[in-house]
Amino acid sequence: MTLSNMRKNGLILALFAVIATALVVGTEKLTASQIERQAQQQLLSTLNQIIPPARHDNDLYQSCRLLTLPQAQQPSTLYRAWLAQKPQAVAMQVTAPNGYSGAIRLLVAVDNSGYVMGVRVLEHKETPGLGDKIETRKSDWINEFNGKTVKGADDDRWAVKRDGGMFDQFTGATITPRAVVGAVERAVEFIKANPEKVYSDNLPHCQEQHHE
Amino acid sequence: MSEYQQLAKQGLWSNNPALVQLLGLCPLLAVTSTVTNALGLGLATLAVLMGSNLIVSLVRQWVPDEIRIPVFVMVIAALVTVIQLLMNAYVYGLYQALGIFIPLIVTNCAIIGRAEAYASKNPWQTSLFDGFAMGLGFTCVLVLLGAIREILGNGTLFAGAELLLGPWAASLKIELFQIDYPLLLAILPPGAFITMGFIIAAKNVIDKRQKMHAEQPQKSVERARVTAQ
Repeated sequence: MTLSNMRKNGLILALFAVIATALVVGTEKLTASQIERQAQQQLLSTLNQIIPPARHDNDLYQSCRLLTLPQAQQPSTLYRAWLAQKPQAVAMQVTAPNGYSGAIRLLVAVDNSGYVMGVRVLEHKETPGLGDKIETRKSDWINEFNGKTVKGADDDRWAVKRDGGMFDQFTGATITPRAVVGAVERAVEFIKANPEKVYSDNLPHCQEQHHE
Repeated sequence: MSEYQQLAKQGLWSNNPALVQLLGLCPLLAVTSTVTNALGLGLATLAVLMGSNLIVSLVRQWVPDEIRIPVFVMVIAALVTVIQLLMNAYVYGLYQALGIFIPLIVTNCAIIGRAEAYASKNPWQTSLFDGFAMGLGFTCVLVLLGAIREILGNGTLFAGAELLLGPWAASLKIELFQIDYPLLLAILPPGAFITMGFIIAAKNVIDKRQKMHAEQPQKSVERARVTAQ
């Protein structure tokens, strides 16, 4: 009696598991391409904010390449803008590992003379109300980078004001802007020093997945 | 009182999931730093609660008692995942505003609590309404908590409402006073615990007053002390 009861319950449980899994898998399959398109559109609109369409005539999304930075474990993603076959700008995905609560992923666009065209935060876990002012929808702090460049290695001005630099910190949150400033500085420094690597024709293409 | 009135009263006050059952405190304390976030989580929870109550009530006759909990867990997890995928694909703006709250809903034991306590024993109509009433009660507490913390921490109300409700809501933002240094305690999780404690205490005081009122202030005889000290 107990045994047959167990068998019956096990079967019912398995049946529910199969139905639930089928529902989730089915929905996943149905929505996958749409979700991919949304993520693509999102990334493209971010790219277009920092590299204006007038500055390039190639497809930014297709221009995606991978480049492994020195001392990095994983390759960084690059989007390169060309106008009449001439390199114009590059947008690089960088990670600031030292945010207040984990890594902050950024997209930094630098033009062909080494000046910042724009920076956007792709992903972060900073404290809501304090550290999240790095998002454009919360404050326009991130635009402070526009038009700036790094002069030489270890430029002292690339720090928050509390550390004697030129970027504002937030009241109640210094660690977040400090991390962002550091990561953007490293990106600009690298791009400025290595244009031949960044605009090289021999870089590997990105995989088709971009979950940004 | 009809069944529905009873359910509404229970969800909103006498058996409120956040204040009395103390369910779902994890997402509640994590995201209620502003009214907008609180409202977002509240609405998402309301929707899931109604959906899960409805499904659980519809399948209850095929689910033996011994395995009901794992079945309900699967139903809820599948439902939340499907909702998240659909929102990600078709209402991307809303997904970006509510997206972070959706996985949090799975951790909300109010959902399984209602499935077990009510929906598994009652027909779908009242179960659906129970989900609505409980969700609404939960949302009210969230919004109250979010409002107190946002005022104390930032001096504003409805900051960022446009992210949830669309561009027109940007004008909803009220700047009550300017704060140079935000009251960090109110924004961080400890502030949520403290505020929550005060809200529960306030509810208990109101309940006690009402009870005393209902009992009518008859002069009760002072009990004489018999035992010696």
